[in-house]
Amino acid sequence: MTGPGILSALTFLPLVGVFMLLFVRNDDEAGKNAARHIALWTTVATFVLACLAWSRFDNSAPGFQMVEQMGWAGGGLVYKMGVDGISFPFVVLTAFLMPFCILASWKSIDTRVSEYMIAFLVLETLMIGVFCALDLVLFYLFFEGGLIPMFLIIGIWGGKRRIYASFKFFLYTLVGSLLMLIAIMWMANYAHTTDITTLLQTKFPVDAQKWLWLAFFASFAVKMPMWPVHTWLPDAHVEAPTAGSVILAGILLKMGGYGFLRFSLPMFPEASHHFAPLVFALSVIAIVYTSLVALVQEDIKKLIAYSSVAHMGFVTMGMFAMNQQGVQGAVFQMVSHGLVSGALFLCVGVIYDRMHTREIAAYGGLVHRMPLYAVAFMLFTMANVGLPGTSGFVGEFLTLLGTFAANSKVAFFATSGVILSAAYALYLYRRVIFGKLEKPELASIQDLSMREVAILAPLFFLVIYYGVHPAPIMDASAASVAQLVKSLGSEPGPIKAAALATH
Amino acid sequence: MYQAIVFLPLLGFLIAGAVGNRIGARATEIITTGFLFVSCALSWVVFSQVALGHGHASAPVLANWINSGGLKVDWALRVDTLTAVMLVVVTSVSSLVHLYSIGYMHEDPSRPRFFGYLSLFTFAMLMLVTADNLVQMFFGWEGVGLASYLLIGFWYDKPSANAAAIKAFVVNRVGDFGFALGIFLVYWLTGSVSFDSIFAAAPGLAHKTIHVFGSDWDAWTITCLLLFMGAMGKSAQFLLHTWLPDAMEGPTPVSALIHAATMVTAGVFMVARLSPVFELSHTALTFVTIIGATTAIFAATVGLVQNDIKRVIAYSTCSQLGYMFVALGVGGYAIGVFHLFTHAFFKALLFLGAGSVIHAMHHEQDMRYMGGLRKDIPFTFAMMTIGTLALTGFPLTAGYYSKDAIIEAAYAASAHSQAATYGFLMTVLAAGLTSFYSWRLVFLTFFGERRVNPNAHHDDHAAAHDDHAHADHAHDDHAHDAHGDHAPHESPLVMLIPLGLLAIGALFAGWRYAPYFIGHDFDEFWKGVIGQGPDNHIMHAMHEIPHFVGYLPFAMMVLGFLVALWFYILAPGTADALARANPLLYRFLLNKWYFDELYNVLFVRPAFWLGRLFWKEGDGRIIDGLGPDGVAATVQDVTRNVVRLQTGYLYHYAFAMLMGVAAFISWYLLGGVR
Repeated sequence: MTGPGILSALTFLPLVGVFMLLFVRNDDEAGKNAARHIALWTTVATFVLACLAWSRFDNSAPGFQMVEQMGWAGGGLVYKMGVDGISFPFVVLTAFLMPFCILASWKSIDTRVSEYMIAFLVLETLMIGVFCALDLVLFYLFFEGGLIPMFLIIGIWGGKRRIYASFKFFLYTLVGSLLMLIAIMWMANYAHTTDITTLLQTKFPVDAQKWLWLAFFASFAVKMPMWPVHTWLPDAHVEAPTAGSVILAGILLKMGGYGFLRFSLPMFPEASHHFAPLVFALSVIAIVYTSLVALVQEDIKKLIAYSSVAHMGFVTMGMFAMNQQGVQGAVFQMVSHGLVSGALFLCVGVIYDRMHTREIAAYGGLVHRMPLYAVAFMLFTMANVGLPGTSGFVGEFLTLLGTFAANSKVAFFATSGVILSAAYALYLYRRVIFGKLEKPELASIQDLSMREVAILAPLFFLVIYYGVHPAPIMDASAASVAQLVKSLGSEPGPIKAAALATH
Repeated sequence: MYQAIVFLPLLGFLIAGAVGNRIGARATEIITTGFLFVSCALSWVVFSQVALGHGHASAPVLANWINSGGLKVDWALRVDTLTAVMLVVVTSVSSLVHLYSIGYMHEDPSRPRFFGYLSLFTFAMLMLVTADNLVQMFFGWEGVGLASYLLIGFWYDKPSANAAAIKAFVVNRVGDFGFALGIFLVYWLTGSVSFDSIFAAAPGLAHKTIHVFGSDWDAWTITCLLLFMGAMGKSAQFLLHTWLPDAMEGPTPVSALIHAATMVTAGVFMVARLSPVFELSHTALTFVTIIGATTAIFAATVGLVQNDIKRVIAYSTCSQLGYMFVALGVGGYAIGVFHLFTHAFFKALLFLGAGSVIHAMHHEQDMRYMGGLRKDIPFTFAMMTIGTLALTGFPLTAGYYSKDAIIEAAYAASAHSQAATYGFLMTVLAAGLTSFYSWRLVFLTFFGERRVNPNAHHDDHAAAHDDHAHADHAHDDHAHDAHGDHAPHESPLVMLIPLGLLAIGALFAGWRYAPYFIGHDFDEFWKGVIGQGPDNHIMHAMHEIPHFVGYLPFAMMVLGFLVALWFYILAPGTADALARANPLLYRFLLNKWYFDELYNVLFVRPAFWLGRLFWKEGDGRIIDGLGPDGVAATVQDVTRNVVRLQTGYLYHYAFAMLMGVAAFISWYLLGGVR
């Protein structure tokens, strides 16, 4: 048993901010500002701590690092934390995105500011916890707990149909997770432990694996979301406040992908092989179907939400290719999508704050008044399209490359997504940014403020930086993914092909 | 030095983008143009060292890009003869176009942005040609696509420009779909994406059967066909050509640089670069020949009847690219690259000349409203004539060497291949058509009487002439001109110098460099970069053909010239009469074989229809209707009542729920585990 370490500090540091926020009164401007500053500095401190942890992270070690373990709940349960190359990028991503969410809410949230900030900080604790937890019960608590603050953020600070959206969101995810809960209980009974490191070594009977796989799948597929359980996402995004959308797209969706990599693939390898065709089918449908749906959207946020579903299709496809490129591509694609979709939602937030509408038809010709905004939006659009040189390309390319080795037909249909994504993204850009500025309401719209530049600039540079030099993320995940791929028993593509070509 | 060539344009772009508006348009123009000229000078040094001299090919690695398992992708600058040729072409045309744009765009308020885009394009194109692996090539490939998108849509107030920009990007993406799959397949086959490893592994995989996409294929045939799909998109070949004519919405210097001399030849470059692999698949080469020949003749027929001066040249480009692919397809890779090289000079010359005409005519592009301009703009007239002579292959001009070589190679190859026979016939026929439409352009523009456009420029603020005037500012400086009577004026010196320099290239590039590219210095020049299999004797066979074949292109050129002379000078009105006599054929050609309409019906409208169907019916009615909506509606009613019953605050309820869920899970798990 080791005591609490840096991961616990990371996870629970936001709660310190929550504690302080409890004493902040909301009724005057000074109180609101205090709440904002407390939240901002708490998240910044958490990010600094995450960077410190990154400096200690050993890229070459495939197993768990910075492990800490304690008993809790009277010794009945185990508190165990640790990270490896698959989970750690998400910890850093979470800590990185949070300050932007606080900043993005600076002006647009004016009611119940301290409660709002509390919800976000609690959410941060739970999200970091999900990626650090090495005990199944602990994981489940964090995983499901994250639902509640998000539910509140949408339900209280959301748009007109927020009640509908928040319940749709809650229902979908809860139904999925109940099945996972049952599976977790079965596993705990079978293995007599909830320790994830031990469970990873446990061989579950193949028949049981299939049921367990399906139960976990129910939860993770909803979270991703995969087709056809994706319809909560567009509604949730549309109604959520900007920062809520950023976290939803940036982190919460990644929990599903992370779950596949942490549980489904390594714990139920036979079942994963068995169900891989199902995942491929759903992924390809998601890519083509939701891209087409994105093409006809009239609401900016909905369009980006549907494009998220399509991008997550690349992720699930890459993971179940079960080779180095596919899985590493999936991890990278998730991190990159966290940055890009987060940035896109922030961009939507910029104009929503000014015009209070998300209707595409309400805009047009913004480039005349907002040249800086047009540049930023162009870059993020291109990253969303997967232009080489942006981070969006690396993940898309690797997942497709990996999938091609696993199943060339799947790769064929999925690659058609690159045509459709160009179509819907550029069509959106044209309608919002280009053209004559004819609408009188837009005549006095202002370009990005200093605060908005400060929010978008780091994302702008990271999207290019990781597009040209993806090594920081790739190297962190390489060893752990190699171990995972080896345990799944799939060979890397070309060797198989070379063997095939010689006879 | 290589780094300077490639990254100076990037630096220019960054300066123009970051501080262009602050330092002013003139400073931006000088900086970007200056950088390009430095880059161009260095490129010629490299060309003389690596291609003409005995310098060694090299590929210094700059940095690692993507590493994953066995996949290793580097940023590198490969420089060999083929790259050196492309470096010279790209930087020469680009620097001249930069210079020319200073004059051509002088009225435009967004000049820093324009020069930034031009430099960005040049950088991406240079990354493409210096790529040492397929992924970096794809980076440049998509990068030039982005720059092309931005420049076509440069006048973003025009709906037609925006539409053309999106069309260009999306149609290119269709090609890239094939390119990407080709890269995956290459990696799957050879375990590498870098050229040297691919070429080393390629012969071992020749004629092996592989199972992909659900059926059996010859390994290199399917790979090359997929890669060629990318080339078809970028080089606007038949079926994926529809974006190129629309791309003329961009400013004319852009058309000269991107849509004539450089970017559209990327497909030719790609096939030449991968020639060791294409050489292993006769089927793929046959396909390349057929597509090239079809494009050559198809685009030439459409070019016959177009009225927009830029569109005629655009279709001519399309057609000439077809010629290059015929050369590649019959195994004469060097000939294709040679035509790429000479074509860059005379086609850029023609476009910039057309730009000079348009500039003189105050942004009138319709040839029906030109005429008699040779007296007003004599220098432009002379330059355009030189360009036309070179394009039609007048003896001893640049086009004469490269284009005739293609026709001869196709004839030589037709002994063994029906596709080559088709290629030969189509290129000969297209040579006649080329001559006709090129001289038609010259006669309509520079000869005869001035014809005034009855619609344009009478009302400077009418929306009706959106087609011809690019932006509001264009009218400002000639608002004082009364009712359409603008005197055409010769362009400023800054525009005429590039014309003169390109004319030198159009006249002498063939004569000067033919011995190296396709003549007796072939081996010393190419140094084995062009992959020709042991059975490929095309470079010799093309010299052993009957004499009449050598005279054929010349005969076709004269014929085309005479017909054009008859139609437009000696008996004006013949063309109109002919068009009236064959209305169906005329409209078929005028509407570009109805490809746009066909694709609209086949792809665009169904995509939107499917999207709407999936959204409203699939997501809305089926998934939501059967799934959450019913349940959610019920829950919603219940909770509303509950919320109202309690404190009225949703978050109190939620807090209670948080506690409840936590307690419930803890209790359940404690009971379950133990």
